[in-house]
Amino acid sequence: MNFNNVSKRIEKIKFALLSPDEIRKMSQVRVITPDTYDDDGYPIERGLMDLHMGVIEPGLKCATCGGKVDECPGHFGHIELAMPVVHIGFIKEIKTMLDSSCKACGRVKLTDDEVNTYRKTINNMNFESDDPEIIDLSLKKITEIAVQRTICPHCSAESPKVILDKPTTFREGGIKITPKEIRERLERIPDNDLLFFGLNMSAARPEWMILTALPVPPIDVRPSITLETGERSEDDLTHKLVDIIRISQRLRESRDNGSPQLIIEDLWDLLQYHTTTYFDNQTAGIPPARHRSGRALKTLVQRLKGKEGRFRANLSGKRVNFSSRSVISPEPFLSMNEVGIPEIAARELTVPVLVNSFNVDKMKEWIKRGSTPRTPAGKYLAGINYLIRPDGRRIKITDQNAEINSDRVDIGWTVERQMTEGDIVLFNRQPSLHRMSMMAHTVRVLPGLTFRFNLSDCTPYNADFDGDEMNLHVIQSEESRAEARIIMKVQEQILSPRFGGPIIGAIHDHITSLFLLTHNNPLYTEGETLHIISYIDVNKLPEPEIKDNKKYYHGRDIFSLILPEGLNAKFKSHLCSGSRGKCEYEDTIEDSYVVINNGKLIHGTIDDESVGPFSGVIVDKIFRKFGPEAASKFVDNVTRLAVGFLSYRGFSTGIKDYDIPKDAISRIEEISNETLEKINKLVDAFRSGQLQQLPGRSIEDTLEVEILSETGSVRDESGKIASSYLGLNDPSVIMARSGARAKMLNIAEVAGMVGQQSVRGGRLNRGYANRTLSHFKENDLSAYARGFIKSSYRSGLNPTEYFFHSIGGREGLVDIAVRTSRSGYMQRRLINAFEDLKVDDERRVQDTVGSMVQFKYGEDGIDPTRSDEGETVDVDYVAYDEFGDEK
Amino acid sequence: MSKFNVLEHEIVPEHHLVPVDEEMSVLKKLNIARDNLPKISINDPAIKALEEIHGKLEPGRIIKIIRKSPTAGYYEYYRVVVKSVI
Ligand SMILES: [Mg+2]
Ligand SMILES: [Zn+2]
Ligand SMILES: [Zn+2]
Ligand SMILES: [Zn+2]
Repeated sequence: MNFNNVSKRIEKIKFALLSPDEIRKMSQVRVITPDTYDDDGYPIERGLMDLHMGVIEPGLKCATCGGKVDECPGHFGHIELAMPVVHIGFIKEIKTMLDSSCKACGRVKLTDDEVNTYRKTINNMNFESDDPEIIDLSLKKITEIAVQRTICPHCSAESPKVILDKPTTFREGGIKITPKEIRERLERIPDNDLLFFGLNMSAARPEWMILTALPVPPIDVRPSITLETGERSEDDLTHKLVDIIRISQRLRESRDNGSPQLIIEDLWDLLQYHTTTYFDNQTAGIPPARHRSGRALKTLVQRLKGKEGRFRANLSGKRVNFSSRSVISPEPFLSMNEVGIPEIAARELTVPVLVNSFNVDKMKEWIKRGSTPRTPAGKYLAGINYLIRPDGRRIKITDQNAEINSDRVDIGWTVERQMTEGDIVLFNRQPSLHRMSMMAHTVRVLPGLTFRFNLSDCTPYNADFDGDEMNLHVIQSEESRAEARIIMKVQEQILSPRFGGPIIGAIHDHITSLFLLTHNNPLYTEGETLHIISYIDVNKLPEPEIKDNKKYYHGRDIFSLILPEGLNAKFKSHLCSGSRGKCEYEDTIEDSYVVINNGKLIHGTIDDESVGPFSGVIVDKIFRKFGPEAASKFVDNVTRLAVGFLSYRGFSTGIKDYDIPKDAISRIEEISNETLEKINKLVDAFRSGQLQQLPGRSIEDTLEVEILSETGSVRDESGKIASSYLGLNDPSVIMARSGARAKMLNIAEVAGMVGQQSVRGGRLNRGYANRTLSHFKENDLSAYARGFIKSSYRSGLNPTEYFFHSIGGREGLVDIAVRTSRSGYMQRRLINAFEDLKVDDERRVQDTVGSMVQFKYGEDGIDPTRSDEGETVDVDYVAYDEFGDEK
Repeated sequence: MSKFNVLEHEIVPEHHLVPVDEEMSVLKKLNIARDNLPKISINDPAIKALEEIHGKLEPGRIIKIIRKSPTAGYYEYYRVVVKSVI
């Protein structure tokens, strides 16, 4: 591996305690005054804004390194505390050490034998590589022995139990031990005993956990801000440091002039409070320090912790510039590779253009146009927002300074240009669950305020238009633009790596439309045909059929116009797989099979199976044979053709479409009565013990299973009766059979019978004692009492049925809520586990350390995206494509 | 109860011990350091079963595993025996 480009590598990180000496050594100034600036606004010497700790105002120079604002990294100062205080972060450690060491001689309260054996065990532990949790546990076991002992094995002194009065007070027999005393005790612990507390004697001394000097962070860490009123506002850390210095000063004075012990103790406690809240202002047991306004101060721990903390907000999650967000809406006349963005966004988002000898004249021209140019007709033109000089300074372009700056601009400057047609951007919808959640689009600037895109892109983004919002990012570098064009563009994402088939295709109405256009190959007059074809991007007409001296065109021929020449395919349509059992088209080849020969649809019906997402055989074949360009062109044309045809033909549905004849209704009534009767018989058999028990089930279960199968079959039966009166003339049947929306089952529910409602796979049985609703008899096992709905949606549900339906419906909602959150978390963990695995050019899968995961990607080296729905290659299709239907 | 050999179970892939003198050529073929091989615990039932045949196995020995794969036919996998897997 080549490490030449790495300027510095972190080999290891060592954590240690800062000793007071170190704090003083790294300090550039001892801060003694709690004030910040004098009346002239100049930093007070030895104050909290002393120039030795860095500069934040332009014009001043750092007193330590001489650097200006951007050059000085900031330097630490320190405060000498009048009296020592406990460091809130080490309370636990201090407690263990006070508990397990001798008050008098400082030795750990272990016998010499124990010391020898445990020293050996600890020396055998590897603090760098062993599991820290296990180390903690074994150390705790050892110190626990010492804690239990009250008499010191070395000097026989007695150490009473130390009690921690949270958060920072230690008591021994009810009497407070001052931090000063604690420090003295910790000082007595010999270096050699430190390892029993998990301390490394070269890195830490326990008494350093009691603070005598406090580091003051560089000004750069706690800059003051000047409000618009000219008032200065200090950082929360500075406020806290002011408090600490002030109290420390008062404490020192009181101590030196011999004030009463009570006053000194109060001040000492106050100093402890301020230092504690300086570290963590949410320490349990003490009130958080507040501003005058009542807002709690954000001190050190608060800067790091939680969702708003440094880690989750700034390191794991970042905000980006050059991005925008808006509501989305559909636009079928855009290509699937395009995205429509509103003018207001286009004027705000910019692309940097480096001025060179080739574009300098053009750029001067553009700058002259100012920041809001339009064509004479009022159409949007890209303007210039900023110029960046070679020295990095930015110049905002206004209509006033455009002329001058146009003359000033030269090679080496950067021009920040507004979006223009053809720019490439990244478009994203959250949750970003797969790679197709973020794809590259080319820009179209459109009127309006929403982002718009072709409906075929809804599936990969999982978007609909009920108020969904999406994010858009403008790419800022030439390399990323190239990458986006080549690998992220929508047309490159047509095949999904999830199942090796197309994830982009026609949806809903578009499928309905193509179904109507091709089913039974209808004829259209020349005028109709021209109107339909005007929507798509072709420049030829199909072969006409002449009847009575007039030209007519076939629907399938019109569809064939958008198929690429040379395409061959033969597959079963969705229509033919639409119903359970034997399908009525199975024996007529023309209806069951779609056959495409050299780019011409010979027979068959175009539906979900041909152009839909997830199945889309035609899209799939075009992509594989003719590439992404042709596939995207086909899908674009499908969208336009479908919209063009359907808006001409018209398509709608209503309740009337579900009307079925009287005798059908009475037949459904009849079979549902039969079922009720059967169920009653089953219940009677159950009660009299006559019911034949099913193997592996209790008698109660047997009854339920039998009843469920009865209710299931009556629903199917009524669905069959209802749909036998609804044919392919019925809009909802067209939608179901073409795969555009809904299933035949849903139609059966509307026209026939809703059927048994269930919770967790069984009939409803909860609610009141031994019954579902209060007006049923207890233990009523009949159909109506247990959630059977004999009404159809069309006829309407009676109140009891309506209530049962709500119970069944709620289960679905709860399931979805539970499932999405659980599977989302599961997927997140998988993504985090896999995110930095890498496939090398030998197709080996390794992690960043170089550990092998798979010797060949997927054990077969096959890219699932290019696979044929998981299979390596579809040999049958290759043969069919080459040789046709030779038998 | 007679002792059960896990290696004879249908869904357990074949495990073979790579002879010491072939180890270098295997590592060379895979172009990988021994440390970077996938690991198998010395307490793994498959290793225990191999120890029945070959005697005690030391950490660092290489195991060759042959798995059936629906797409690739057979697939060779290698693991190095380690003392314990965290
Ligand atoms: Mg939505
Ligand atoms: Zn400096
Ligand atoms: Zn002692
Ligand atoms: Zn069929």
